[in-house]
Amino acid sequence: MNPQPPAIRLEILSQADLLAPVRAMLISFSERFGFDEIETGHLALAVDEALANVIRHGYESRPDGRIWISIFLMEEPERRIRIEIEDEGRQTDPAQITSRDLAEVRPGGLGVNIMQEVTDTCEFQRRTPGGMRLILEKTPRGAADSSDQNHAGTPENGKQ
Amino acid sequence: MNNGQEMEIQVENRDDSVVVTPMGEVDLARSPSLRSRLKQVLGESPNRLVVDLSQVPYMDSSGVATLVEALQQCRAHDCSLFLAGLQDRVRSVFEIARLDTVFNITADTTSALDA
Repeated sequence: MNPQPPAIRLEILSQADLLAPVRAMLISFSERFGFDEIETGHLALAVDEALANVIRHGYESRPDGRIWISIFLMEEPERRIRIEIEDEGRQTDPAQITSRDLAEVRPGGLGVNIMQEVTDTCEFQRRTPGGMRLILEKTPRGAADSSDQNHAGTPENGKQ
Repeated sequence: MNNGQEMEIQVENRDDSVVVTPMGEVDLARSPSLRSRLKQVLGESPNRLVVDLSQVPYMDSSGVATLVEALQQCRAHDCSLFLAGLQDRVRSVFEIARLDTVFNITADTTSALDA
């Protein structure tokens, strides 16, 4: 469990139109946390894929499901961002959520591949009492070798 | 709000080729609009379809899936499909999905029409 509260916690409905504003928020936030342009794009892509999966599979495209996005800024054991995406939709055995063989050229099923590829951690859990939780974590490149410098001008220390 | 947004898509006929230019981000909300337009264009049996992605700054896997569907339809109807002008972020999605070697990807529309 997380010992600290999330820096941001959003609740959205399971509507595809809401993916774009969530991406915009996440890109802005992760840039200020020290991710470079490519990393912010990847982070937004991972969350976008996660939300799309919840909308399509968890809620079967119902527009009234609720999704929570919590963003944690972690410093130990290394500086990283942790994003938890929770829903109340259909539960799936986490062991059954797997990437697919990319040698097979067919539409669909790429979301898990993408999330795993662009993040350091991609872990699915069953929520209690219902729904699923996805944990995504990513460390900014260069965070380990210049941690003091990277702390300047970041949202969590108030130096802008 | 609802699930689905029309996106601006330009379609231009050039001899026996068609250039389709979607404008803006392609995600779960907008990919159905692109899918519908590509299906309509392919129904006219062009010899070559060029999808100009130079005006697309972002694409998720639903957009990629839409283009894979178009590729399969093209192969079934002896039509050549080219993706032109991919921005770095969009290209990286194709690379992650290892589809950058499956599609004919060109620097721009002119290169695709000359190929």
